[in-house]
Amino acid sequence: MNGVRLPEGLVAIVKQDCPTCHLIVPVLTELAAAGLPLTIYSQDDPAFPPGLPVVDDTELEVSYQLNVETVPTLLRVAGGAVVQRTEGWRRDKWEDLTALTGLGSALPDYRPGCGSRTLEPGIAETLAARSGVTRLRSRNVAVGALEDPVEACFERGWSDGLPVVPPTPERVLRMLEGTRRAPGEVVAVVPPDYAECTVEKAAINAVMAGCRPEYLPVVLTAVEAACTDEFNIHGILATTYFVGPVVIVNGPIAGAIGMNSGVNALGQGNRANATIGRALQLVIRNVGGGRPGGVDRATLGNPGKYTFCFAEDEERSPWEPLAVERGLRSGTSAVTLFAGEGSRGVFDQQSRSPESLARSLAGCLRTVAHPKLVRDYDALIVVSPEHARVFREAGWSKARLREEIVRLLTLPGAEIVRGAGGCAEGMPEEFARGSWPKFLPEGLLFVHAGGSAGLFSAIIGSWKNGAAGSRPVTREVRV
Amino acid sequence: MTDQILLDPTNERAPQPRARAPRPATLAGVTVGLLDISKPRGDVFLDRLAERLSARGLRLERYRKPTFTKPAPVDLRHEIATNCDVVIEALAD
Repeated sequence: MNGVRLPEGLVAIVKQDCPTCHLIVPVLTELAAAGLPLTIYSQDDPAFPPGLPVVDDTELEVSYQLNVETVPTLLRVAGGAVVQRTEGWRRDKWEDLTALTGLGSALPDYRPGCGSRTLEPGIAETLAARSGVTRLRSRNVAVGALEDPVEACFERGWSDGLPVVPPTPERVLRMLEGTRRAPGEVVAVVPPDYAECTVEKAAINAVMAGCRPEYLPVVLTAVEAACTDEFNIHGILATTYFVGPVVIVNGPIAGAIGMNSGVNALGQGNRANATIGRALQLVIRNVGGGRPGGVDRATLGNPGKYTFCFAEDEERSPWEPLAVERGLRSGTSAVTLFAGEGSRGVFDQQSRSPESLARSLAGCLRTVAHPKLVRDYDALIVVSPEHARVFREAGWSKARLREEIVRLLTLPGAEIVRGAGGCAEGMPEEFARGSWPKFLPEGLLFVHAGGSAGLFSAIIGSWKNGAAGSRPVTREVRV
Repeated sequence: MTDQILLDPTNERAPQPRARAPRPATLAGVTVGLLDISKPRGDVFLDRLAERLSARGLRLERYRKPTFTKPAPVDLRHEIATNCDVVIEALAD
């Protein structure tokens, strides 16, 4: 056993706030008087029991090390190891352990003990953290006892602008309970500093974001997916364009951790949605070193750069889930990352045919980036239940809808070339002839989410697509 | 009262500031690298500079990043550093 070396002979652990401990004071006095080697540890008051030599264990170091659950506990230690143990007051056991007879003759034969202070709420976690701290490798930052730790985090530049939860060792150890992965395992190399992000560093940032431990596997997967060459978080961070990582969660983990895919799915109010997206951004900020005004050069950015994370409503969807469409087995928990700007609304309360609704979607999708720019930008379309119903009732698959939108948005070159329609922006001269699809088929992603009422959908435009920019990345969540 | 301990969420690196290479007093005899980062119209800018610099008798090397959205590949950076004394990079469109 590590820690304190135990004294040989008898060891008693007591606390002043325990009637049974008070009851057995005469017994302890007898043992001391008999000249037996006796060490008494007091959990709450070094002056208790009065008149006997007591070792202060108000820090509970010895009690925790001995895994004491009840006081009084009496132990016999030989060769540094506990060889006998009894809890509460039982005359026969105490006599057996001390090899004395007639102990506490004025006392009842039996009296149960009280709970050890090590088991009190809050204390138990703190002690676990103290003993587990050796597992952690991150630098300890001492914050003065009178300093507000939330303010201390702001001052050190660790925050995205909102208060963070101070990453104490206790909280980080609790967070690490959310994964079987070792704290030292490297999850990803995070741009722009290209620094290794360990499970521990991700956990620290997840604590700060406000995550619960069960969200951690999703956070780790999001970090992994973001730091791939395909997703190119470096470029997404550095660009003057609006985008940030949008996290879409599929599979059983979404429900298991209480994510929102329903009412206000893209909005505020759900802890998992809010904090998973934020944790990813804090990892990029703190581990990657990517900060606005530093490598983040966004002209305007978008509010989703605080956090942008939601789950797909798979149950009511007419279509296969996004992650399944992108190659994962059905029932797999997965994260898909999309380089997205803010969402914009599509209003259509009249269409009852898929052809008509596809035209509404196409009309709104045309404005992604610019109505006269084609091919360079993707779009994530969040189709709400009431709009999805129109496609379900008509038997339209995702593929069918995608094909229709690509067809509707195949635009005449004469209309989109620079200068056309009195607008200087547009495609270069070589696009003047023929027709050009606004979107590549693989550049249109559909997800089903939202409240059951409302004939609205949402469009989230992307950044430069393809190998030269960012491609969506889907990864399985490992617990 | 004792200090509270927080765990450092950063990569714990201490950046080492490095001085820039000194500006050459004259361009006589230097090799100038012209780096296009693949943003639209970067070539227009660099073509014009190439004309002007060639007219002054300077040796030029042209380079191009595969995409402006990612850092220049290590090999490309090494090649530029090996071959050139100064570099002009066309950043924006």
